[in-house]
Amino acid sequence: MKRILLALILSVSLFSACTNPGAGGDKVRVGVFMSLTGSTANFGISSVNGIQMAADEINAAGGINGKQVELLVQDDRSDASEAATIVTKFVTQDQVHAILGEVASSRSIAAAPIAQNAKIPMLTPSSTNPEVTKKGDFIFRSCFIDPVQGAAIAQFAAKTLNAKSAAIMVDRKNDYSTGLEKVINEVFTRMGGKIVAVQSYQEGDQDFNAQLTSLKGSNPEVIFVPGYYNDVGLIAKQARDKGITVPLIGGDGWDSTQLYAIGGTALNGSYFTNHYSPYDTDPKVQKFVNDYKARHNSLPDALAATAYDAAKIMFDAIKRAPSLEGPAIRDALAATKEFPGVTGAVTFNENRDAVKPIVMIEIKDGGTYAVKERVTVEGAALPTAANAAPPTVAPANE
Amino acid sequence: MPRYLRNLIIALVVIAVLIGLDFVFQGRMLNPYFVRILMLSGIAITLAVSLNLINGFTGQFSIGHAGFMAVGAYSSAYFSVNYGVNLANSLGGGKVGWVVALLVSTLIGAFFAGLAGLAVGIPSLRLRGDYLAIVTLGFGQIIVVFLNNIEAVGGARGYSGIPIVKSFFWIFLVAVLTIVIVYNIVNSAFGRALISIREDELAAEAMGVNTTRYKVMAFVISSALAGAGGVLLAHFDGYLNPKSFEFIKSFEILIMIILGGLGSIVGSVLGAIVLTVLPEALRGFAEYRMVIYSLLLIILMITRPQGLLGSTGPLKAWRKRRKLTAENAGGGPAAAPTSPSTVATQPERPAPGGENLR
Repeated sequence: MKRILLALILSVSLFSACTNPGAGGDKVRVGVFMSLTGSTANFGISSVNGIQMAADEINAAGGINGKQVELLVQDDRSDASEAATIVTKFVTQDQVHAILGEVASSRSIAAAPIAQNAKIPMLTPSSTNPEVTKKGDFIFRSCFIDPVQGAAIAQFAAKTLNAKSAAIMVDRKNDYSTGLEKVINEVFTRMGGKIVAVQSYQEGDQDFNAQLTSLKGSNPEVIFVPGYYNDVGLIAKQARDKGITVPLIGGDGWDSTQLYAIGGTALNGSYFTNHYSPYDTDPKVQKFVNDYKARHNSLPDALAATAYDAAKIMFDAIKRAPSLEGPAIRDALAATKEFPGVTGAVTFNENRDAVKPIVMIEIKDGGTYAVKERVTVEGAALPTAANAAPPTVAPANE
Repeated sequence: MPRYLRNLIIALVVIAVLIGLDFVFQGRMLNPYFVRILMLSGIAITLAVSLNLINGFTGQFSIGHAGFMAVGAYSSAYFSVNYGVNLANSLGGGKVGWVVALLVSTLIGAFFAGLAGLAVGIPSLRLRGDYLAIVTLGFGQIIVVFLNNIEAVGGARGYSGIPIVKSFFWIFLVAVLTIVIVYNIVNSAFGRALISIREDELAAEAMGVNTTRYKVMAFVISSALAGAGGVLLAHFDGYLNPKSFEFIKSFEILIMIILGGLGSIVGSVLGAIVLTVLPEALRGFAEYRMVIYSLLLIILMITRPQGLLGSTGPLKAWRKRRKLTAENAGGGPAAAPTSPSTVATQPERPAPGGENLR
């Protein structure tokens, strides 16, 4: 009995420990939930850096309609259930006006229904799974989705590079890689190209000679490598050693300072799609890059840039909204047109996904990037899979 | 008053209290944030108490609990999405329909998790010692890889569109049932056999306990209950992702029972609540949150190695096997309601030639 009593007392005191008075005052409260620890901590930290910078800028300029922005940053330990807990806290206890987060689609999907139910607008800067914004009309996304990126890659190869045949190297175990592969294959074929070979590898492989020898035999004009930077670097090196000189083309998984450190000159002349390039000569981008460097002493990655944009888009919507009520901000957010962000002009479509150009980057000598083209995916190039909605089930009694 | 009547009354009172609390919480009389943490604690209780049956009471070291949880979660979610919604609607779509659909869903989750437990348990529990740890760890990894590649349940993108049922009543009913089941097992002849296996497997066998059979039975029950916990989680946010079931989740549950005390049901409940509430309670510390959390765990384990409410029994048994030395039974556990008289007078003897007691 004594133990049960002790247990009770301990749990009650713990519960009361997490009571803290809801924030009040004349401020605009924006909840930010990101993975600051756990498996994707580096993404979350970059994103928070970008958001913090945007908030500091707007506060220095007098805030939104005279009100200062208060960021409530919470760490979800890279866990979906904890992300949902944080958003519950945001909408009930903290009474935030808007929510920014998450990097990973899994966490955004878990948290989105809670924001939706509470009618608080939520904007994710970098969750690319199409499912995220299907959770309701209060959920927005300010980056491109994977199918659109895949279509941009295929369109670039078929139109700009005028390639007629291509090979693909795909990481079969990786959802991101197989998803892109499917779309590239579909769109490239539809635009008159021919996929002459598909070879697979696994993340962490060191030796790609067997696959590359096979690819070389089919003489492709380009090779699509929709994978992550660490594998791509090795593939590029070994491909050049084999005498394969055609360009490699990939997606935003290539974006890392490590890419050139691994692949070196073998990567010169290859291309990948990204949200933005820190070497972009656009003065808006250069100002962002320099400001970020001054704060953090490093080049901002794409996640910092997309998060910075997402925060500014949200602040802009709050500024235009007639009140701080969730539905008012939502409507203003949905009406966002050609918002001039560092990652391009952002407009939301009817699915509340951002429509914006994708930057095609060419890797130059010494690992510098040049913006080769800003690809806007043509309607005809859009993959059918991007529009097909998976069957949804009506939620049961909440 | 006859025993069954007394039990019936207790059961009715518990159900009435749960329904009452459910009513209070649904009515938003309490902050939904607290209610959510409370419900997460309820799910954690189910998981911790079920793991304690195998790790705490039977003394077998399983670290694949998240795998069984995943089996239960995904199988029940698959049922709910593809058949459960229809079933509920065909029964009128009202509360009754959903109660039936959920019940079936829970049973399916528990059944498949139990089946997985049987498949893992039969080959690995014939062996003694640490093999089970390795096999269960492997099992947990295999499940995650499988789930990442099964398109029907969303693969690596995760499984969404599961009917959301945030019911305090349902979560705590399962938690209470788990506690009752484990409590009754531990205080039965079956439970005594399990504890005798924990204390000294060889001696238990010599006394006529069919150790493999008992171990497998305990393991299957533990897995099935973990599956039921998975069912609760699947319907909690309506979204599942294989990443949520990686080995780190198994360790979280393991920490709960070690913190609460191996071989103590109340300890497991307390451990589950503490480890669910603590990270939230420490939110105010921002970046230092996880540092403080880890420090608290370390301090606790140094000051109370047997856990918050644990008896020293399981720890002793473990140490004994570690060192392969028979410890003096004189300093026996003072507060060990679970240490049975059958093993208290276990004769001390060295391991028979060549056979490794570990």
